[in-house]
Amino acid sequence: MDEANRSALNEFWVNLKSVPSQIYRAMFRGGAPVSDRTRSSFVFGNVFLHLHSVRTHLWSLRWTATMGLGIITTAAFLITLVTGVLLMFYYKPYPDVAYQSIKDIHFIVPTGRFMRNIHRWAANVMVVAVLLHMARAFYTASYRKPREFNWFIGWGLLVTTLALSFTGYLLPWDQLAYWAITIGANIAQSPREITDAMGITEFFDIGGLQREVLLGSDKVGEESLIRFYLLHVMILPLVLAMLMAVHFWRIRKDGGLAKPVDVDDRVKADAEEHYPVFTEEPQKTYQLAAVVKGRTPAVGSGPENTVPSMPHLFYAELGVLMFTTLICIVLAFVSDAPLKELANPLVPENPAKAPWYFLGLQEIVAFSAFMGGIGIPMLCWIGLGLIPFLDKETEGTGEWFGGPGGAKLVGWSMIYGFATSIAVEAVAIRFGWLREWFPDIPQLVITLVNPGTVITVLYAGFSIWALRRFNSTRAGALALFTCFLCGFIVLTVIGTYFRGPNWEFFWSPADWNAH
Amino acid sequence: MTTKPTEKRSRFEPEPMPRRDFLGLAALASMAAAFFVSMFGMLKLPKAAVSASPSKKYSVALPDALPEGEAFVPPGRSVAVFRDGEGVFAISTVCTHLGCIVKPNANGFECPCHGSGFSKDGAVTKGPAPKPLPWLKVSKGGSGFVIDEEATVKTGTKV
Repeated sequence: MDEANRSALNEFWVNLKSVPSQIYRAMFRGGAPVSDRTRSSFVFGNVFLHLHSVRTHLWSLRWTATMGLGIITTAAFLITLVTGVLLMFYYKPYPDVAYQSIKDIHFIVPTGRFMRNIHRWAANVMVVAVLLHMARAFYTASYRKPREFNWFIGWGLLVTTLALSFTGYLLPWDQLAYWAITIGANIAQSPREITDAMGITEFFDIGGLQREVLLGSDKVGEESLIRFYLLHVMILPLVLAMLMAVHFWRIRKDGGLAKPVDVDDRVKADAEEHYPVFTEEPQKTYQLAAVVKGRTPAVGSGPENTVPSMPHLFYAELGVLMFTTLICIVLAFVSDAPLKELANPLVPENPAKAPWYFLGLQEIVAFSAFMGGIGIPMLCWIGLGLIPFLDKETEGTGEWFGGPGGAKLVGWSMIYGFATSIAVEAVAIRFGWLREWFPDIPQLVITLVNPGTVITVLYAGFSIWALRRFNSTRAGALALFTCFLCGFIVLTVIGTYFRGPNWEFFWSPADWNAH
Repeated sequence: MTTKPTEKRSRFEPEPMPRRDFLGLAALASMAAAFFVSMFGMLKLPKAAVSASPSKKYSVALPDALPEGEAFVPPGRSVAVFRDGEGVFAISTVCTHLGCIVKPNANGFECPCHGSGFSKDGAVTKGPAPKPLPWLKVSKGGSGFVIDEEATVKTGTKV
């Protein structure tokens, strides 16, 4: 009796002492990632890491394969998430009070200004990175089968990212915010330009409805602020996080990143450095074939030319995360996030400029609200979404500027894209547009024929030429995408640097004072 | 989907399950119905029956010495009120392009946001504005004149 008691007590004591190590072992069942086997279980045994595949192809690890742009986007999102939550401690979403709370964050809250700066810069980095990431996926033809759906998800992520930026823009409730959102909300209302011209606004006012639902009122006010706040801190981040999870998971399910067909001839794992996957003849197991859809799992050959994701991929990802953090912190030190005067609904900021990535749109909106703000963006957006289902070719998958025409076509498209948009803009800036020439011209003509639509038609024409010249949809897509990218850059630069008060053209912001 | 109980089946084609199918389909249908009904309700939520905004009808005391052709802007409002030999009239100063507030100038109005220009009677002379500035309904009463921002009148109507 006494004996048994003592041993139970003893056992209890031993167990108690080993609790920490037991918890550790319960969490990480596979043990330390030291062999290829434990490295694998390190990945698939972890709910977050298992979004990655266990092994990564050497091709995908090359710097030029992705330039880390997707991870930069993710990292920037994580940074905005952390800093955003911190800012929520002090931010109060009510008109005028909001402005005061941002001032408090800026001047009173310890590290508040720094957090706000990082938040703002990370948001900017995220927008740039997501655009470049999309360009990378496009130029390497990574949207092709079986990755069509992931391109689709990315398409949603792009819009969600822009929406997050746009909703965040209102929250400081300063002049910059108020008028940018007023303009944005009126762009949502701009289908009226069409319905008015057709005389059906009374019965079918889609524009008015969009604006009212967005603002919750007939002007930007307390209802709008709480709506934008809710979207910015709750709805959109949740949507983004969910889409991101699917996006990452899909990379794994689609067989990793896109690679050329003959990739295994191009990269060879160094036999000295890399332990082979199969050290003996694999046992043939065909059962999998009945479960797994699609092509039969490779039997007899291992995932050659791959390395364990832990550590090769994860350390690279961590490096990119730290790089992004560094960039955001440096920028936050160098430049403060702007805060203008308190919002005044009676006096517009002059010039009233949206965030920089919308200034290209604002440039064409300054000719037609509907075409510039809704028509052309929708066209681009739908076109982007449809690419994987229109280009079913196989040439050039996984290679930069792959496909008929290749880099040379992209080069020519760049020249054409820059030249056309600059030329059309120059004409509009120097000589005005239809209204200045024919004062009584109907609005519908201006809506249909304005610099924005003219550039679009010129680009479409070039794309059709490329499609016929190379007899390939991919060539047409390469030409069109490149042209629109160049147009976006030209219009954004003009909107940002060359437009001043009254949206007039100035060679330099230094001349603004003359007004 | 009824079958004879004696029939032999392969394990790849298991017994059909009409009863479970029915229950399953009923669950699916009720879920779909609930989803659409609740969606309909939720989609109605963001559009309030009455939107909170200050009264759009207000009285204005015009200064006696308002020169002809000069705009009087009632404090806190986006309206320009004029008086000339024929009477008093009010023009909205909300740009018909994207809702910025236009500024009265020597030739009419100009918009700071995208450079729309309007003549003295609100007609578009320049820029992207799709429509002329609306004339608002003015009536005598209150402390002089009453302006109703929600009622527009034909260009040229003076009181």
